[in-house]
Amino acid sequence: MGNLLNISSSPHVRDKSSTQSIMWCVILCLLPATVFGIYNFGIKAIILIIACMVTCILTEFIWQKAMKLPVTVMDGSAALTGLLLALNLSSTFPVWMAVVGSVFAIIVVKQLFGGLGQNFMNPALGARCFLMVSFAGKMTSFTYDSVTGPTPLAIIKNGDSAKSIADILAAGDGQTQAPTSVLNMFLGNTSGTIGETSALAILIGGIVLIALKIISWKIPVCYLGTFAVFALIFGGRGFDITYIAAELCGGGIMLGAFFMATDYVTSPITPRGQIVFGVLLGVLTGIFRIFGASAEGVSYAIIICNLLVPLIEKVTIPVPFGKEGIKDGK
Amino acid sequence: MNTCTERLKNGIITENPTFVMMLGMCPTLAVTSSAMNGLGMGLTTTAVLVLSNAFISLLRKVIPDKVRIPAFIVVVASFVTIIQLLLQAFLQELNSALGVYIPLIVVNCIILGRAEAYASKNPVLPSVFDGLGMGLGFTVGLTLIGICREVLGSGAIFGVQFIPSDFHITFFVLAPGAFLVLACLTALQNKLKLPSATNVPGGDSGMACGGNCAQCTGASCVANKGIIEAERAAQKAAQAQKAKEAAAKAKAAKEAAANQAKKGE
Repeated sequence: MGNLLNISSSPHVRDKSSTQSIMWCVILCLLPATVFGIYNFGIKAIILIIACMVTCILTEFIWQKAMKLPVTVMDGSAALTGLLLALNLSSTFPVWMAVVGSVFAIIVVKQLFGGLGQNFMNPALGARCFLMVSFAGKMTSFTYDSVTGPTPLAIIKNGDSAKSIADILAAGDGQTQAPTSVLNMFLGNTSGTIGETSALAILIGGIVLIALKIISWKIPVCYLGTFAVFALIFGGRGFDITYIAAELCGGGIMLGAFFMATDYVTSPITPRGQIVFGVLLGVLTGIFRIFGASAEGVSYAIIICNLLVPLIEKVTIPVPFGKEGIKDGK
Repeated sequence: MNTCTERLKNGIITENPTFVMMLGMCPTLAVTSSAMNGLGMGLTTTAVLVLSNAFISLLRKVIPDKVRIPAFIVVVASFVTIIQLLLQAFLQELNSALGVYIPLIVVNCIILGRAEAYASKNPVLPSVFDGLGMGLGFTVGLTLIGICREVLGSGAIFGVQFIPSDFHITFFVLAPGAFLVLACLTALQNKLKLPSATNVPGGDSGMACGGNCAQCTGASCVANKGIIEAERAAQKAAQAQKAKEAAAKAKAAKEAAANQAKKGE
């Protein structure tokens, strides 16, 4: 077009970023967590990650070929789904189950609803919950340093509320689990799923994503902030900073807040909606973790909020410029 | 006797309540966690359906039209209570597996639907066979869903396990599995273009019920049928009229042309 003047209808602001570039960027930002997971859990983690990613890509390819749809595997969304799913699994999880989960993520959660942009919940989390419901035993068996035991989060949940967090973590579960600490939980030298253990590695990737403006700060900040406040009020430990730090660094909340709640398709696009979404996530995660039977609740909180997104967007439509003073937008 | 076999076929295949009419979805989704539960629920419903159809058909001239629904419900509820007490006495295991869904048979729309649509307007014997056919159709549907869920979820059919427990996908025994299996079976039906509530034949009526009006006695449906047929007749008449006029014009033109040709000669 050169210097010709283009006249067209909106949108007038153009950008070079495409679905493909964003997806690969997110995958790159997940690298710190992935690499740390592999360092932490070894060869089994690599096998699981490769199995999930390959299955997701292949499933999407075969489905789109079979349904005579344009093949869009190169946009990286299937690879990202596979990677996120693998990061959400325990390192000892059987590979064939992970493959079943990947097929479920792509076909049932994503393609049956119309493919990328049409899925009503995050495919990786949908598949995680499917696996959680189907193979509860395997999903909650975590091994670290060839010792199988509870995650630090479960240790805190079952710990004596009269003792301090540092003491509880240092004692482990009293039988198998090696002593740990909040610092270890932050760095990631604990048991858990492949990608969730290191809050530090996730934070690095998450901050890069925010700096590149691929995700907005609103969802993760509101999510983590609300959850921290909720845990302060209802955690039953009073004003205990170590407890809050342990809850924030433990489990999947960091991975969920930066990489899964911010999924474009399943999060609100309105700025106020994103804040509402984050707050809801924080409250739900708090309820599940503190009052629920299980120590973890991030995945369920996120998929429930995914379902609420259309409602949230409906009530948070921004007022167009120049219509601020007019009531009801008339 | 011909009507009786026709009723049986109608209930099991042509108007299968689960797959074609999509009635009674609540027990269909809730109790089909195993083939045995599906079969038990289906047979229990069949028993109630046969008995209530027979009684409602017997009483069809006694029940006043204005209070027929409460009257049907009373009849159905009595039979459900009897069946439930029998189950509690003799099939305790099935009773506890089906739980609240046995009393809920009272409000099952298949039973009320058959009472309203068939038994209240037809003699006893066809009504009994209608109930039997519908009940068996329901049983077949529930058992099929139950088998799919049991094979995937607990690796067994009718409690005979043949897949080791490591390979069970518990998801299918739980509630979401019911939705997924039913959706897949219905999708298969649509793909194969079999008749079902979600796969209406484009046919000549275009009505949501499939336009099977000869079998249907629903009041509003009959009225609609009248309106639609009247409209269609009017359209046909108008078309015929147009065709006639066009033919007449063509004839006139031809004649004129012929006349001119004659004149030319």
